[in-house]
Amino acid sequence: MAADDDDCERMTPSRRAVLGAASALFAWSYMPKFAHAAAGSRDSRFLLVVLRGALDGLSAVPPLGDPGYADLREGIALAKDGPEAALPLDGFFYLHPAMPNLARLYAEGQAAIVHASATGYRERSHFDGQDVLESGQGGPGKTDSGWLNRLIASLPPGEAVSRHGALGVGVVPPLVVRGSAPVLGWAPPRMARAGADLVQRLSDLYGERDPALALVLKRAIETELIASKQGAEQPRGGGGPDSAEGMKRIAEGAARLVGAEDGPRIAALAFEGWDTHANEGGAKGRLATLLGGLDGALATFESGLKTVWKDTVVMVVTEFGRTARVNGTVGTDHGTGTVAFLVGGAVKGRRMIVDWPGLKPEQLHEQRDLRPTTDIRAVAKGVVADLFGLSGPVLAEKVFPGTGGFAPMQGLVI
Amino acid sequence: MADWSDPRLRTQVLQRFGLGPKPGQGGTVADVRERLLAEISSDGAPQPRVGFSGAAPIGRALYAFEDEERAAREAKRVAVQQGGGQPAMGQGVQVAAASPMPGQPQGSIAAPAQPAPPFPQAVYREEVVSRVQGALEAEAGFAERLVQFWSNHFCVSVAKGNFVRAMAGAFEREAIRPNIFGRFEDLLIAVESHPAMLNFLDNQLSIGPDSRAGKRRGRGLNENLAREIMELHTLGVSGGYTQADVTSLARIITGWTVVGRDARLGFPGSFAFNPGLHDPGGQRLLGKVYRQEGKEKGMAALADLARHPSTASFIARKLARHFVADDPPQALVAELARVFRDTGGDLAALSRALVTSELAGVAPATKLRTPQEFLVAAFRALGRKPDYGQVAGPLGVMGQPLWQPSGPDGYPDTNAAWATPEGIKTRIDVAAQLGRQAAGSVADPRALVEEVLGPLASPQTRQAVARAESKPQALALLLMSPEFQRR
Repeated sequence: MAADDDDCERMTPSRRAVLGAASALFAWSYMPKFAHAAAGSRDSRFLLVVLRGALDGLSAVPPLGDPGYADLREGIALAKDGPEAALPLDGFFYLHPAMPNLARLYAEGQAAIVHASATGYRERSHFDGQDVLESGQGGPGKTDSGWLNRLIASLPPGEAVSRHGALGVGVVPPLVVRGSAPVLGWAPPRMARAGADLVQRLSDLYGERDPALALVLKRAIETELIASKQGAEQPRGGGGPDSAEGMKRIAEGAARLVGAEDGPRIAALAFEGWDTHANEGGAKGRLATLLGGLDGALATFESGLKTVWKDTVVMVVTEFGRTARVNGTVGTDHGTGTVAFLVGGAVKGRRMIVDWPGLKPEQLHEQRDLRPTTDIRAVAKGVVADLFGLSGPVLAEKVFPGTGGFAPMQGLVI
Repeated sequence: MADWSDPRLRTQVLQRFGLGPKPGQGGTVADVRERLLAEISSDGAPQPRVGFSGAAPIGRALYAFEDEERAAREAKRVAVQQGGGQPAMGQGVQVAAASPMPGQPQGSIAAPAQPAPPFPQAVYREEVVSRVQGALEAEAGFAERLVQFWSNHFCVSVAKGNFVRAMAGAFEREAIRPNIFGRFEDLLIAVESHPAMLNFLDNQLSIGPDSRAGKRRGRGLNENLAREIMELHTLGVSGGYTQADVTSLARIITGWTVVGRDARLGFPGSFAFNPGLHDPGGQRLLGKVYRQEGKEKGMAALADLARHPSTASFIARKLARHFVADDPPQALVAELARVFRDTGGDLAALSRALVTSELAGVAPATKLRTPQEFLVAAFRALGRKPDYGQVAGPLGVMGQPLWQPSGPDGYPDTNAAWATPEGIKTRIDVAAQLGRQAAGSVADPRALVEEVLGPLASPQTRQAVARAESKPQALALLLMSPEFQRR
């Protein structure tokens, strides 16, 4: 248990105070542990967005400076100029033109992009890949709890984070938040709600006959209470999580709950439809539409979480990448390395976090996929260590078991 | 030994393997296992009644619809360019999502005259209504439950586009229903060669790199279907295959495609083997080299995959998990796998072994009904004849619209996925609405508890229903009671 660490944490000055001290910036690199602990006093928000289906990182954030790019991407390649030019990031990497909000956030120092990244999973099954991404385990098949749930379970009870639990968005909440710590559930409403009296009677009946159903119903009632305090109900209906409209509605709802004073500090949600095997499209087309939806959701988070945005990190991840070379059907098949996004007022942004492996055949993973050079778990560990003051050992044992071999990435959060 | 004279056990078995009791079936079913076994027929599962006979006529009509749409778009473009008036309504309309009009109160779907839905959606709607109608007519519903199981195992999703939207029902009628009591091998081949599956997992676009077309056009493989055949349909993800096997199988099934509107290879919209797309030569798959000519190569590979021991274990576990428990008794899984192997994948024998298994019968009712199972069970209990909106609306909000899972692994099949806060809350909303709809036609909710739950009803559920403030609320409580929700 990290109880000693945690007691220690509460006695340290706030992180901002540390940084305000004259020698703090110098001290920073030598005192990561202390710095993590100090972050415990911040009332942070963390939202994890899972893109199901495997996002093509080479289209979302094309390395237009790499001479191998255009040849691999015949038919879907993006360009530096022209009417549908990709948006410049650092001169080597560009951003898909469907993502102007992310480009703006990047320029404002509120977004960082991790490229050539992956989990430790090296096969190509979506479902195992998502299991690994969300369970935080070294391999597939361990799906009884997700890493965000274990993160909450590792925090001292009574802190804002553990008191309010995590939010799992969707009728079926993502695995990453499932587990023994309490999970609140919410999905965009699409049908008239049943009366409170019926709900109360069922709550009583389950209490006597079915403890498992009693527990989930209790959590549903709690979530609704928080949502109702936040004012107007959302309009009903709308598209699913694979449409721009659906993504926006999900983002609005999640922001409303996570932004609430008594709301959950951590949320997980999923957008779908990224499995672009055929007719993926370039500046326009299927993937462009999805990226536009994601971009709109990021803007929605920014406006919906305005009051806590400075303490917020939104992390966007996917199970793996896609083949470097376009396939026989102007799409891409399952691959390995891809991108992740870190967005929010708490992100130390305006930078690409990347150790670029190159796109020559011999530089590719198994001569077909972008080679992963950054483990996404190091990034996730670094973000939650800074936001929630978790120590490296807890992260390596409880949250991402077996990751003692690589440290939390430093300095991702301001 | 189980006591098969115990009315509680009999009702539980009827719930576990069937679609949910209709009024009168709950308490008094003495010969429950015989009634379930009677649905195992060499003809497969009963066919729903629909206007369209199969994939080929649907395919031809779909092509005609798309041609019309294109012409309408072109006419519109010309009209706009010439500064002409507005184009006619309803032309060039994109197909909307499967969900019905949001927020529209159910039961009042007789809305003001709406334009007819576009062709793919019209077919989908008819297929949905007929599928549910068939489930309401079924006696115990064991065959129908197996159709649902296999249809989800070999799922397609209408979210893919107009082609699958129009074909999903035909896929189930043509590939699944006739084969659920035949050999697994035949079921597998019927599924993988169906136009809906070839479109859903992109194989109709896959071109062998060494085929005539591949050499000419420099286009190539799409390995989507090949991967899912091994990962999801047969061996399972840890069934012992490699990336090289995926690529080999993808090459083996190049040329398995759908006839286009030009009818060059047959009837538009039907399956065809196109030798011009097929990778010639031998391919090594799971250590064995396949050198057959043309389509036969794929047939042989699928036949071997169907008989693979990993497939037997994978199917056995999935079947036990679906019907019995999220974590089913190991002995049951082993027994089902043995039957699968010993009979060469005889699905009638496998279904019989499942229903007559002592372990499967006596296991406690822990599984929460999926949204589709819940809605059908509710309609059966309440004696409703729903229209399209009354089916699609609730299934949409509960997260399980027909033939629309978010990926090729189908809808989840565990309590962790469905017994969630939002899932249960939404289910209560649906139950409240069903209660309102049925209040006029159910004489006495207390009597209905006896008729559908019978000996399974707990004193607390009986009391909750009896003390409800209204008849709609009483029915909602019955539908949401643990005994109705779990099977």
